[in-house]
Amino acid sequence: MSKWIPLWLHKLGSPPIFYRFAGVLRPWLLTLALLLGAVALYGGLVLAPADYQQGDAYRIIFIHVPCASMSLVVYGVMAFASFLALIWRIKLAEVVAMQSAPIGAAFTFITLVTGSLWGKPMWGTWWTWDARLTSELVLLFLYLGVIGLYHAFEDRRQGARAAAFLALIGIVNVPIVHFSVNWWNTLHQGATLRLLGPSKIAPAMLWPLLTMMAATQLYFLASLCGRVRSDLLDLESGKDWVRKLASGSRGP
Amino acid sequence: MTLQHFLAMGGYAAYVWPAYAVFLCVLLADFLAPILRRRRLLRELQARLTRQAARQRQPQPSSDPP
Repeated sequence: MSKWIPLWLHKLGSPPIFYRFAGVLRPWLLTLALLLGAVALYGGLVLAPADYQQGDAYRIIFIHVPCASMSLVVYGVMAFASFLALIWRIKLAEVVAMQSAPIGAAFTFITLVTGSLWGKPMWGTWWTWDARLTSELVLLFLYLGVIGLYHAFEDRRQGARAAAFLALIGIVNVPIVHFSVNWWNTLHQGATLRLLGPSKIAPAMLWPLLTMMAATQLYFLASLCGRVRSDLLDLESGKDWVRKLASGSRGP
Repeated sequence: MTLQHFLAMGGYAAYVWPAYAVFLCVLLADFLAPILRRRRLLRELQARLTRQAARQRQPQPSSDPP
């Protein structure tokens, strides 16, 4: 391991330490995510006014956009962890990459379904082969491909490396999804939120949207903690720390 | 605003509520999956440790008697 990596980060890469760390972090992340999610749902479904063009159907935005953004963010996390796993062969990075995939697939699935439910009343169709929709569907297949490849190998670490490679190649799809509404003339509307300059949305609609985005980000971290913990138990089941943990938690 | 008015979602209830239901159900499944897996793993591991401990207490009798 290189010297420039701080010692605490190095220690965090050790499975028993990360297991404990994630166990402490997870309830806090989850509580915060649920609180913010509840506030955002109230703000989005009750407080925000109806849209002057789309009526109340636009309220799907409060889950569609956060999930769509998470489908890309989670892919970024998975690809970054895959990179670390392939270059330095860090076991924890492999686990993080492989456990991100099902969460990302869940967010992508929600994005596609909610988008479809929004598209029917607004565009008159459940599905169209528009650039944004198609690239998002490819994203779902990439997630499923990573999950499938990982489970196709007898040796789990070998499977993780093969799947990490696929995850890394698939990153080319992320900018395609993101910029598809600018690059092609699509049915899908353009970006609502902008990092630079004002967003194209009223404040009463903006704050529930941003709050829900924060909630889904925190939820992802909480879910990742839970998944990585279970996977570490499985992967290290022969190790001493897991045996101690199992014999210590005997009881109901 | 009445509850009925709220539930009607301006006539788009058939699209808005299923969308929210999918969101909540999928995330709930994602939340429960690792918890159930962790519980199962710990149970299996405990069973294995108990078997190993029992084997150590009762050493195997030699297979062929003299």
